[in-house]
Amino acid sequence: MTAFLIRRLMQAGLVVAVMSVIVFFGVNVVGNPVDILVSPEADQAERARVIREFGLDQPVWQQYLLFLKGVAQGSLGRSFVHGESALKLILERMPATVELALAALIMAIVIGIPLGLYAGVRPAGRISKAIMAGSILGFSLPTFWVGLMLIMVFAVNLGWLPSTGRGATASVLGISTSLVTADGLAHVLLPAFNLALLKISLVVRLTYAGAREASQQDYIKFARAKGLSERRIVGVHLLKNIMIPVVTVLGLEFGNLLAFSVVTETIFAWPGMGKLLIDSILLLDRPVVVAYLIVIVLAFLAINFVVDALYSALDPRVRLKDAGS
Amino acid sequence: MTDVSARNGVRPLAHALDKNRDVGGEGSDPVAPTETPLRLFIAEFLESRIAAAALAVLALLVAVALAAPWVTPQNPYDLGALDILDGRQPPGAGASAGFTMILGSDGLGRDLYSAIVYGLRISLLVGVMSGVLALLIGVCAGLLAAYAGGRTEALIMRLVDLQLSFPAILVALMLVAVLGKGVEKIVVALVAVQWAYYARTVRASALVERRREYVEAARGLALSPARIMLRHILPNCLPPLIVVVTVQTAHAIALEATLSFLGVGMPPTEPSLGVLIANGFEYMLSGRYWISVFPGVALLITIVSINLVGDQLREVLNPRLRR
Repeated sequence: MTAFLIRRLMQAGLVVAVMSVIVFFGVNVVGNPVDILVSPEADQAERARVIREFGLDQPVWQQYLLFLKGVAQGSLGRSFVHGESALKLILERMPATVELALAALIMAIVIGIPLGLYAGVRPAGRISKAIMAGSILGFSLPTFWVGLMLIMVFAVNLGWLPSTGRGATASVLGISTSLVTADGLAHVLLPAFNLALLKISLVVRLTYAGAREASQQDYIKFARAKGLSERRIVGVHLLKNIMIPVVTVLGLEFGNLLAFSVVTETIFAWPGMGKLLIDSILLLDRPVVVAYLIVIVLAFLAINFVVDALYSALDPRVRLKDAGS
Repeated sequence: MTDVSARNGVRPLAHALDKNRDVGGEGSDPVAPTETPLRLFIAEFLESRIAAAALAVLALLVAVALAAPWVTPQNPYDLGALDILDGRQPPGAGASAGFTMILGSDGLGRDLYSAIVYGLRISLLVGVMSGVLALLIGVCAGLLAAYAGGRTEALIMRLVDLQLSFPAILVALMLVAVLGKGVEKIVVALVAVQWAYYARTVRASALVERRREYVEAARGLALSPARIMLRHILPNCLPPLIVVVTVQTAHAIALEATLSFLGVGMPPTEPSLGVLIANGFEYMLSGRYWISVFPGVALLITIVSINLVGDQLREVLNPRLRR
């Protein structure tokens, strides 16, 4: 376990280092942020001052060394546009994104597992067929277009739910969240559903496949022979045994939700870090782009590691090893 | 399998490929003389009405996209042909040039139907182009990994694992942030996102095929490794690969649309369906739904029909899912 941990940490360190080099050098070749930062009316002296201030007069490798120096001091650079620490900007917006992803994850579980279970237990039924067909549609629908349709139907035509922003937030245990206020919940409903749709389809399919497979097993037949109620067979015996793959996949998908929130946040003007990334790419705010990617890669490596560790805890047959060996 | 198809001698393709003629079907089979693996494959594919319909829709979409200039009343990129007074007209309104804009028009006065057909052309082109390039790179990498083994394999597969552990949209966004805007850059980003899936698929089946007798025989004949890989192993890895191609093409089209919608994809001069949808977004809140909805429906029909075709291909080609 310790060797596994150390190896994974070393790999993660390498990945982040390589990433930072590629992204830093890559991002610094595209476009000229000065054109965006300085108003067209500014004179030559003003331009030169801005260029100097952001260190853009130095060669890229020197900028990278400066960036590394900053990293050693706990800073990932300063935003060109906001004039603030890039890391601070991202961390400020992180709770909104995590909250959205969590709400989507909960939706995927609450909606996906019962539907998949129903379809898996009665695979021939008409409703089951409709559920499975719906899950194919859920896979095919592009997230951003579903978001647009949700806005059109629920916000514009019906006027039931707000379509932009995060709503009122309240502080719970020092974390400000909109999941505890009525206004906040109304705001989170549409974007969370939008983000969750793909995952709902995924959970439905996983649960369906698991339920169909497990129904053939001896322990289910035995439970039936014992005369247990259908409710107990499905709710306890079946569900317990199909949860392992579902939990693992959902754990891995949480990272995916964080990444895909880029799309949902843009549509619903959700003030999270995904929207920050898109705005920063469009405004050529290089330090924020670099910092976001480093933060998200770190988050990903952490999630993958936790899921691997959890998996071996859930299923004793799995031993922790390096992938591929 | 139903009675009818069994009587017609429609047997699993895998069997047909394995033993080109197996017992049972021969004597009782009225269509036996013309039965080839390809025909079997087509017959099995068409067994599903939905898949057949999806294939027809897909063929129609491709045909319309290819024939864009001949099936549209207006060239949406010819600025001279546009009239700003035609802008934001609802579906069915007449254009000043005389034709009816059956799907309405967008903010610039472009006939939406024409814009969608041209946009579909770009979306399909980008999807297919990136798919083919990713296929080439992925197949080479996968075959090489399976055939060479050792360090080469470890290196390639580590790269594949690493990439697949990050969501496609993130990798694509990262690359677009690094590369900037433009058609060829989007294609590069899409290729980079997809190649790993092909490499993984090809390697998995090539590892199995490598141990077969025919490969040993080819080695015995002292054929060059490249020849063995490409002419002997690759054809036998095709079935799973074909399925991945369809699924990945649908993904690529959706991903390109997403990037374009976010404003980091195709430039406005090459409006794919995603760009059209993004353009319509601002009109959505004022009730002009058609500018966003119709391109979205076109995108949806494209992706769903590709996915349905892919699903049926998986059914037909995967021996483990045999009914």
